[in-house]
Amino acid sequence: MPAKNNILKVENLTKVYEVGLFKKKYITAVDNISFSISRGEIVSLVGESGSGKTTVAKIILRLLPPSSGRVLYKGEDIWEKKGIESLKAYWREVHAVFQDPFASFNPVYKIDRILEQAFNLMGTPVDENAVNEALKEVALLPNEVLGKYPHELSGGQRQRLMIARCFLLKPQLILADEPVSMVDASTRASIVNLFLRLRDEYKTSIIFITHDLGLAYFVSDRILIMYKGEIVEEGPPDELISSPRDDYTKKLLESVPLLYGKWKGF
Amino acid sequence: MDILKAENIRAYYDSPIGEVKAVQDVNITVEDGDFIGIAGESGCGKSTLANVLMMNIRPPLKFCGGKILLDGEEISGKDRRYVKEKFWGTVISLVPQAALNSLMPTKRIKEFIIDVIQAHKKISEKEILELAKNKIVEVGLPPEILSLYPHELSGGMRQRVVIVASAILNPKLLIADEPTSALDVSTQKQVLKMMVDLQRKQSIRSTILITHDIAIQRQVCNKLLIMYAGRVVEYGSIDDVIYNPKHPYTKGLINSVLTPEPEVRRRGLMALFIPGEPPNLVNPPPGCPFNPRCPFAMPRCKSETPELTYSDNRAVACWLYIL
Repeated sequence: MPAKNNILKVENLTKVYEVGLFKKKYITAVDNISFSISRGEIVSLVGESGSGKTTVAKIILRLLPPSSGRVLYKGEDIWEKKGIESLKAYWREVHAVFQDPFASFNPVYKIDRILEQAFNLMGTPVDENAVNEALKEVALLPNEVLGKYPHELSGGQRQRLMIARCFLLKPQLILADEPVSMVDASTRASIVNLFLRLRDEYKTSIIFITHDLGLAYFVSDRILIMYKGEIVEEGPPDELISSPRDDYTKKLLESVPLLYGKWKGF
Repeated sequence: MDILKAENIRAYYDSPIGEVKAVQDVNITVEDGDFIGIAGESGCGKSTLANVLMMNIRPPLKFCGGKILLDGEEISGKDRRYVKEKFWGTVISLVPQAALNSLMPTKRIKEFIIDVIQAHKKISEKEILELAKNKIVEVGLPPEILSLYPHELSGGMRQRVVIVASAILNPKLLIADEPTSALDVSTQKQVLKMMVDLQRKQSIRSTILITHDIAIQRQVCNKLLIMYAGRVVEYGSIDDVIYNPKHPYTKGLINSVLTPEPEVRRRGLMALFIPGEPPNLVNPPPGCPFNPRCPFAMPRCKSETPELTYSDNRAVACWLYIL
């Protein structure tokens, strides 16, 4: 893949956490990982809890500094620039959608604020037409959500609202951390579809961070398997599923419940 | 004799905006050796049904009709405390949702087990510990865990302990509500394996596994019951329902399962869609509760509610299949 096509490049990224007050212990959450994502590509970072996948997401979002290694966005080290303005400029282009939108909504603010924050990031005044347009994109009716409080919306509606913000900002890269694990099966499809549309219409690159191999298999161009801070295997979904090479990938595939295949020994 | 037989049971929640019809005309029969999966989206009445089946009914939930035979005795309408003392633990046991998080952090596992058993049975501590030890060894766990505190155990281990505690008195029916939804896949598999083994060794005679994850039920269940808006919409052998779903809701639900299998990817994204949202159970739509979302809805579906109709061990509540 030509380097100029890369939108994001992660080089030898390592994060070591220091824990304990007197007796210090070091935990390597991310261990020397490298990967890159090209424009319009959908990549899934798959791992179980504690694999380090969320730490990777936090570093890419500039929420957490790495212990060593670099993250290059459009060729520039994201940790080199300092200051709130550069951070805002970065978040305009690299945007996050989290697992439980309820947790990221302040319950005392109305929903409108979520969308107004997008204009704040863009540094432009709130444009009602654009808001209505974005809500239409995610199949929400303005009078259904505007002026309401977070608890008045369903999980699916809240998640669609977060994606409406992406339609407003049109970021270059979306980091989606378990975006559908809180929504029901029948709502999941519409959420997944919105991500695919962002990619198709705006060539948005997307990183799905998930434990759900089924979701990753369904939506990704490429899957990275993470285990104990390392990327143990990567490849196109069909290849990875049909002929896994790494022992951990094999074990993971044996443990995932299937709809048609059956577990041995049960 | 059936272990459990429930006919036309109804249970509603009182709420300021009206009765929430959480369980509506549900029929279910559990035979010796059954491993029944109950599936459906959140808010369709699965967990409420579990509590109703063992008469664990406390306000605002109320029992509104129908008949439940447990081990041959009618328990429907009986006092909760009577059912608890006579049946809980020995005939029917429930592992509630998120039970692994309900362990008291300051109590050792053995104290938890003693508390659980003594809550409804008069058995001495010594006897309980003896039974607990045997059961723990039987499922292949180290007996030392009895002296540990919950924080010393992993999530999967805690969940296994909770399930073992529910199985100590060899209940004929164990109901497990989302026992693996908070666990990683490899741990999930171990917990399910233990449940299957408990039944194989006849510590438990039958199991009801409630989860929204049909792929899990596919691995361990012999029958599958699909709920929608408080009602049973389809019931049959697990293979039958998965390979040949009849009810439009079941079809949608099975199509929306995402597993790493080529068949699933081949279906494409459009197959994943079930339009609309589940109805409000205070004021469900007239007729079939699925009719506002159903691509096959006919005039009749909007006025008359189809009953669950059986033919050849298969049951569907849909006018498309009722002549």
